[in-house]
Amino acid sequence: MVTRIMNWFDDRLPLTATIERHLTKYPAPINMNIWYLAGVLLVVVLVIQLASGIWLLMNYEATAEGAFASIQYIMRDVEYGYIIRYMHTTGASAFFALIYLHMFRGMMYGSYQKPRELLWVLGWLTYVLLCALGFTGYVLPWGQMSFWAAQVILSLVGSIPVFGEELLTWIRGDYLISGITLNRLFAFHVVLLPLALIAVVFVHILALHEVGSNNPDGVDVKKFKDEDGVPLDTKPFFPYDVMHDLYAIGVFLIFFVTIMFFYPDGGGYVIEYVNYEAADNLKTPEHIVPSWYYTPFYAMLRAVTFPLFGLSAKFLGFVVMAAGIAIFVALPWLDRSPVKSIKYKGIYSKFFLALFVVSFFVLGYLGSVTSTPGRTLAAQIFTVTYFAYFFLMPFYSKYEKCKPVPDRVSLS
Amino acid sequence: MQPKSPPNPGRRKFLIGATSAVGAVGIAGAAVPFISAFNPSAAAEAAGAPAVADISKLAPGEMIIVEWRGTPIYVVKHSEESINEIDKNLERLADPNSDTEVQPSYAKNKYRSRKPGISVLSAVCTHLGCAPKYYPQLGVVDFDSEWQGGFFCPCHGSKFDLAGRVYAGVPAPDNLTVPPHYFKSDDVLIIGEDGDLA
Ligand code: HEM
Ligand code: FES
Repeated sequence: MVTRIMNWFDDRLPLTATIERHLTKYPAPINMNIWYLAGVLLVVVLVIQLASGIWLLMNYEATAEGAFASIQYIMRDVEYGYIIRYMHTTGASAFFALIYLHMFRGMMYGSYQKPRELLWVLGWLTYVLLCALGFTGYVLPWGQMSFWAAQVILSLVGSIPVFGEELLTWIRGDYLISGITLNRLFAFHVVLLPLALIAVVFVHILALHEVGSNNPDGVDVKKFKDEDGVPLDTKPFFPYDVMHDLYAIGVFLIFFVTIMFFYPDGGGYVIEYVNYEAADNLKTPEHIVPSWYYTPFYAMLRAVTFPLFGLSAKFLGFVVMAAGIAIFVALPWLDRSPVKSIKYKGIYSKFFLALFVVSFFVLGYLGSVTSTPGRTLAAQIFTVTYFAYFFLMPFYSKYEKCKPVPDRVSLS
Repeated sequence: MQPKSPPNPGRRKFLIGATSAVGAVGIAGAAVPFISAFNPSAAAEAAGAPAVADISKLAPGEMIIVEWRGTPIYVVKHSEESINEIDKNLERLADPNSDTEVQPSYAKNKYRSRKPGISVLSAVCTHLGCAPKYYPQLGVVDFDSEWQGGFFCPCHGSKFDLAGRVYAGVPAPDNLTVPPHYFKSDDVLIIGEDGDLA
């Protein structure tokens, strides 16, 4: 019976072939570790965001007059509305936490190297889309932070020489941040960007399944195959990985709901307190701080306090900030190392990766506090060390002494 | 049935070129409404009516905030002593003579105002658009040990003096904008129109 149904489908759709290719016969390296969970958890969070987002949309009102009140309405009057909202805000932070872990895994294990360059570029694209989603979503509640974040971030466009001001007016659809701006950011947040994100994630996973997963040793598992052509150091994704992924999803969800139920503000990091005040176009809050996941880049923006080459400090700050996000895409071409995994790379690669991590965290801290001359200097120094990881990579990755890479994966 | 080589390769090339060109024109045409719809609508363009402010009760050293086109405009009445000190700080300013055209010609003077003693400034930081805060006091403040009075932007720390002139070495590149304005009478200020320029 089942076979007949499957046959009926297989004649009309590559059903069995798809299941085999992506699940029961997808060869997953046996030495994949905990870092390999972030990908599947990202997919889980994507689903959470879509579900909670659609439900929020049923009661949200995208007008300058009604937006703030409609959020209050969701929080107070809609049954379980506050849970739906907290699910979405917690999901946003979880999304970024996971994507950073996921990207860092790739940086450690050289997962961006040949033949995974395109996979990496597609992943980076999801990150850019996620940054845009985070920003547009942040504006929607139309609180004080929403309004002034929109003002500051969109004003960056105005710093572009020559046509910046016109471009800014075009993007805002008004001569100031207004309900018109809110409305278009809303259209991006709920339709354009999610559609694009889903499409890119889909292709990201297709590309992964074309080239196969890397692993913590960075060795090519396809070199040694059994007589059926199955790589020796792999196991089928279903059921083996699916089982332990389910376990990981369970543990993740425990953390997730703990924050959602008991610490929905996340100490001001998941939801910023200033945003409990309705937008006031005449008064900037005392401290404006972006969400935690943008603070490293915000620190870079503030670190540029001097004009250079005839370009204004504010345009340069914008360029540096954008470069901080964009530079990841270049990794596959910056890394000249013959080995993939940090385990076998030389001392310089290890040093610079550690320096990158330290810079990222220090900048993240500096971006979340008010600036003082001392902190600005620190931000300048760590902006330089952040970029040093990338720009010096062609040199240190080429000339350092690497350890010999084993033929087969190691399980220790 | 597929012929071995297409007859008339020249004609095919031309046809492919011509259809591509027509298609490209079509796409360009279709893009027009999508791009234009992003521009400020007629309603948004019309919303720039002038604002009227009653300044009769403004005491020396005080500031009021007037909304004009959705943005805050600061109207400050300076005290006698701060007017006298306006030149004290020149070496710390980036554009002390207001050379950058961010004020109407009638405000291009020492006080950057149409009427000495009353500043009308757009409170949109020339960095990224936050509203700077008014700090009239002199001396030591959180962000400056020799503060001469003026405006401090909480967003990225830009400083402006009482006439809205930007300090050097801060993120904001220009002095605060002086919007078009005129005094209808001693007590009534109109923001958004130049009035009689004579
Ligand atoms: C919405 C965002 C994303 C989703 C849903 C997603 C999903 C996934 C999944 C399910 C996997 C396989 C499991 C794993 O290896 O962890 C994966 C692998 C991978 N992803 Fe992503 N990803 C996202 C964003 C990114 C980003 C931002 C990057 C890098 C800039 C990236 C780079 C990679 C790479 C290089 C691999 C292969 C890793 C290896 O085999 O070692 N992904 N992704
Ligand atoms: S917006 Fe005022 S300093 Fe940046």
